[in-house]
This record gives sequence, C-alpha cells and structure tokens, in this order.
Amino acid sequence: MRYTAFLATVAASALTAGVALAAEGDTLAQVKQRGVLNCGVNTGLVGFAAPDANGNWSGFDIAICKAVAAAVLGDPSKVKYIPTTGQTRFTALTSGEVDVLARNSTWTFQRDTDLKMDFAGVNYYDGQGFMVRKDLGVSSATELDGATICIQTGTSTELNLADWFKANNMTYQPVNIDSNAEGEQQYMAGACDAYTTDASGLAATRAAFADPDNHVILPEIISKEPLGPATRHGDNNWTDIVRWTLYALVSAEEYGVTSANLDELSRSSTNPDVQRMLGTIDDYGTMLGLDKEWAKRAIAASGNYGEIFAANIGEQTPIGLPRGLNALWTQGGLMYAMPFR
Amino acid sequence: MAPASGAGQPFRLSMLIHDRHYRALLIQALVFILVMSLAAWLVNNTVQNLARMGKTFDFGFLFNRSGYDIPFSLIPYDSNSTHLRAAMVGLLNTLLVSALGCLFATILGVLAGVLRLSRNWLVAKLMTVYVEVFRNVPLLLWILVILALFTEVMPAPRDYRPAADGAAGAQMILFGTIAPTNRYTAIPAVVAERDPGPVSVLGLQVDAMVVAFAVALLAAWLIHRWLRAWAQYRQDTTGRRPVTWWISLLLFLLPILGLSRLFGIHLVTPELRGFNFAGGLNLDNGFVVLLLALSLYTGAFIAEIVRAGILSVSRGQTEAAAALGLRPRPIMALVVLPQALRVIIPPLISQFLNLTKNSSLAIAVGYPDLRATLGGTTLNQTGREMESMILMMGIYLAISLIVSAAMNLYNSRVRLKER
Repeated sequence: MRYTAFLATVAASALTAGVALAAEGDTLAQVKQRGVLNCGVNTGLVGFAAPDANGNWSGFDIAICKAVAAAVLGDPSKVKYIPTTGQTRFTALTSGEVDVLARNSTWTFQRDTDLKMDFAGVNYYDGQGFMVRKDLGVSSATELDGATICIQTGTSTELNLADWFKANNMTYQPVNIDSNAEGEQQYMAGACDAYTTDASGLAATRAAFADPDNHVILPEIISKEPLGPATRHGDNNWTDIVRWTLYALVSAEEYGVTSANLDELSRSSTNPDVQRMLGTIDDYGTMLGLDKEWAKRAIAASGNYGEIFAANIGEQTPIGLPRGLNALWTQGGLMYAMPFR
Repeated sequence: MAPASGAGQPFRLSMLIHDRHYRALLIQALVFILVMSLAAWLVNNTVQNLARMGKTFDFGFLFNRSGYDIPFSLIPYDSNSTHLRAAMVGLLNTLLVSALGCLFATILGVLAGVLRLSRNWLVAKLMTVYVEVFRNVPLLLWILVILALFTEVMPAPRDYRPAADGAAGAQMILFGTIAPTNRYTAIPAVVAERDPGPVSVLGLQVDAMVVAFAVALLAAWLIHRWLRAWAQYRQDTTGRRPVTWWISLLLFLLPILGLSRLFGIHLVTPELRGFNFAGGLNLDNGFVVLLLALSLYTGAFIAEIVRAGILSVSRGQTEAAAALGLRPRPIMALVVLPQALRVIIPPLISQFLNLTKNSSLAIAVGYPDLRATLGGTTLNQTGREMESMILMMGIYLAISLIVSAAMNLYNSRVRLKER
C-alpha cells in the first residue's frame, strides 16, 4: 500500500514536470493563461522600484511592468512584482520565475550571450558613480586611493570598480553587501568611506536619507551602464512585445502623445505614425500576437516615457535626475525609438 | 509464517514471494532500481532543461579571468586571477574561519560546560543563561546582531584621533594594542626584521623561517619523547621518577626564543596613519563577527556535550578512586576524563561539522568564504549555477568527510578498549 502511494506520487510529479516543460517557451501564452505578469524588480530603490506603506509598487521600472501588463492583459494592475537581489535576478529570469526583468540591469555582452538573456532595449542610460560624505573633503573619485568602498556583490559595478582602480593605480578595500538597503545601512554607519553603484541609484539612495545635503555624488562616471528590461533568450515574440512596448512609450513622447490627450489623438490625429501606433489604421497589434489597441493601453498605464521620467525620478521629484542622456534624440539625448512602420 | 530457505532446496519462482530470504533480496533489488531510476530521471531532466535553455555543462569558466576583488585573502589574488583561484581563496577563508571557530568553540564549550557544574550558584546560573540563550536563537540572528554591534557601536578609525578642540579620541583596548573599529579590528602584527626569504624544499618554495621553526619544534618534541621514555625507565628500575617537566619546557621555549631573536621577530602595534590604522594587522569585521558568532553559538552546544560527558561518569568511580588513595587531580586525569571523553568525542565531531557548514552564512557579513566567491560572485557573473553548486557541494562534502575521518581516528584512540 505504501509502495503504491509512493509510486503514484512519483508518477504524478513526473507528469506535472512534463506538462510544465511543454508549456514553457511561449511566454505570451503563459502570461495570458495565468492572467498575471510576473515582473522581476529591485528589492527597493526609491524612484525606480519601491513599495509604499500599503504594499503598492511604484517607480520608473515599475512603469515598464505596468505598460507591458496593460498591452498584453489589458490591465496595468495585473502584475505580480517579484523582488530580486543582484544575485538572484538572472536565475529568476532564466528559470522562468519571472517573465520580464525590469530591475535596473546593465545590458552587457556576456549577459546577452552567455547568460542567455535578451535585452529588449534601454530605458535609462546610466553610469557608475561614487557617493561620499561631504565632511570627508573629497571632491574627485581620483582621491579615493585606499578608501573602503561598499559595493553590491554580483553586479557589473563590482567588475567596473576593480578595473577602474587598477587602471588608475589605486587600491581600495571592498565591503561586499547584498542589497541596496544593506548598503545604505553600512554607509550610514560609516563602515565604508564611499558607496558605489549606478549614478541614478546613488541619487535615489541619497534622496531617501534624512540628511541628503551632507552627501555628495562625485563627478566621475567610470562606466557605461545602459539599463533596460530583459527577457529570456529564445522567445523572440515575447522580447518583441517588451521591446515595442518600450518604443511605444518613447515614440509617444516624440509625437506628443500623453496620457491626457491619448483618447483624443487616437480619434483625431492625422499623423500616420501615431495612427499606426495607436491602432487607428492598420493592425500592427496582431503582428505581435496582441490586439489593435495594445500600445494605447501601454501609454495609458502611466503616460509616455517623458511623463514616467518626470513623475518618478525627474527634476521635480526628490531624486532630481536631469534628463541628460535620456532626453529624446531630437533634444540631444539618446532616446530613439525605431519607427512604427 | 514463511519457511526459512532450506539449504538444499532448488529455487522456484514462487520462492521470491513466499521464501523470506529471497523476498528480502527481491525487495532490496526493487528499491535499488527505484532509487536509481529516480536519480536517472533527475539527471535526465536537468540535462534536458539545460539544453532547452541553450546552456552547456562545462567547467571551463573556472579558468577565465574573474575580474572582481576579494577583500580578505590568504594567498595572492587580484582581479586578474582566475575564477578557480577565487574559489581557492574562498575555500581557504572557509577553512580558516572553521578551524579557528572549532578551536575557540571547544575552549569556550569546555569552560562553560565545566563551570555549569560549579558549586558556585552564580557561575553555574550564568553559564546556564549563556547556553540557553545561544542555543535557542538561530545562528543567522546572532551573526546579524553582532554585526550590528560592530558597525553601529564601535568607533570609526578616525575617532581614535584626538579631536581638534583637544578632546581625547577613543582609546585602544588591552594596553593600547587592539583597536576595534566599525570596519576592522586592528591587532598587533608579527613582523620579522631579518626575513631570510623562501628556500626550496623538495621542489616547493617554503619560507625559511617556517622551515626553521618546524625543524626546531620537531627536534624538541623528539627529545621530549626520549626524555619521557628515560624517566619511565628510571621509574621502573629505581621506583623514583626524575623531575623532567622543566627540561621539556626549556626544550620548546629556548629554540623559539633563539630563532625569534635570530630573525628579529617582534610585535608591531597598530597606529593611526592618515584615515586608517597601519603597521598592525587589520582583521576584517566580517571575519571577526563570523568567528565570534560561530564560536559562541557552537560553544553553547559543546558546553552541553561536555557537561553530559562528565555527568555520565558515575560518582562511584570518583569515590572508588578516592578510596584507593588517589588525589583529586589524578582522579580527574586518570579516571573521570578518559571515560568522559568516550562520551564527548562522537557528538563533538558533529558539532565541528556543523560549524564548518554554518560558516557558509558568511555571506550575511560580506566575509568572502567559498559560498560568497564560488557560489556568489563567480556564479552570478558567469551564470554557471549548476557547475558552481555541484562543485561547492563536493567541496563541502570533502571537508566534512576529512574532518569526520580525522575525528573518528582520534575517537578510536580514546574510546574504551574492550578486550
């Protein structure tokens, strides 16, 4: 009797495993069937991805999750946010735990090829910087020789830091930390002289301090950190959906489509680019496996790229990041969406 | 009841069910096949899933440049070294903290275990509180609490400098030799003024000082053994044992002092230079915190093991020995301890194994052990989860088996000889 039960359990688990195997590979079908988008996000970085007191997530990366959920499922709230650390994020994506990883992750050669991920685009052009206390009297990163530096382990910044100090013939003492919150705590307690991560992350971290004015972000940017949403390698259609959702948000800003005038423009716009994007003419949505109004819903979720930037991390927010490289290409930045044609 | 198998009976198929002997064989064979097919299914599933993700199973990544720095290393390492070397650094760090942890936990455990049996009420109760508090709270919490104590309470290195208005800075402890800070603990370093450099021994580059000390101590030990044999011989023939302990002491002390003098070995106390302490040895706080937590936690378990061991020797033994005219110290050394060790050693082995495995919690304090290098940054930068994990499990298994084998060897020497 006991043997029979055991055998039955083994057989059942084998069958379920087989079913799970068959279903994977088509992320779009999975998400639609599940009715919820699993989005891998930061464990907490104010402005990019952070839950409020009621557990509602908001931020620059969260807006990407919402836009994709709106495009695919028709409802920006149908997202399950899965917090991932610098160490767990890629495994979470490749193992299928999350459908899309919108967690300020740098697009690098090795991650794109060897780690079997696809980057759908860049939603923030960033670079690695340093933050120190003002009373340390340091005004340039080149004066950090011999400093103790807090660094999130398992990030591309860890490698940049080693390379940059080596290239400048300087030494440093790394203090490895696991999450941004732990880094904040160690830095505030004075366990390290400097905290290093992407400059945007530094600005966001500093904004959360009680005394942001006592800390400075040094002018040196020691690396290129193009951050963007990532998907699993091999599911091209799903990657296309995430990529063109991002392009829709950027194009919307370029064409002046905002969450306020979206409905009006979808009826009255005479610009064929806008008409194609919003599904007024042609049916571009079906080419992605979605419906006509996918992009319209994505833009309606939290506005166009410029609106998302201004609401979460722009100069009017406590984080106060300028557009800089992230301005539209028409305004001297690098944000350039491929044409809807 | 199934009949027992007769010796001369020919085998029939029905005996597989009805004969107790063959039925046992059949069940064993079935279970074996089941377990093996389960294992095969797991391996096959893994291989298929890896193939589906387009990943290969390959240890070649170990020979690529690691690209990251490690804050605490016993062997030369920088970001140009390979992942294999990073793993070696991690392994050595794991072994270092485990070995020191086992040592301190044993000292602490024996002390606490004996003191808990003390007739002094206050001492006994204090030890009870220590044992119960450390034994019943998860180790990770202790690590985090001690880390918080170190980062939040200890002064920053610059706080040791007298303030600009003349107010005294923080004071170093233990006669100004040790400076705990919120980043590291600065302790005196052993420095040799006249280091003769490495020499080649059997094709290996070994530090000449290490060789000199090893040779001197080995010689001292051999002479000490001969001395004891001679004393035993004198005792057997004349009935009087010559006093030799001070000769043995000199045998060990003189070469150490002489060699230290020859190489100019002395202690250098750390002092504040610039922003940090220099001259001494700066022990990373991750290391200090982990070592403290592991020693205190495992020490509490060892204390109970020691107490149980001592209590397991019946009072009658002590009384019988006293009746024979033995004094308290020989009673402890010759009667109680040999019997208590018999009970203490086996559970002590498993505590040492636990401590070694628990050292993988080092990631919580940023101490770069094997889990943090091979299973942390390397795994994450290369994306070789399967390979790194299998390698790491193999290494921990090997460490545990070696520790276990060594302790079992010791156990077989101290256990009761039954003839």
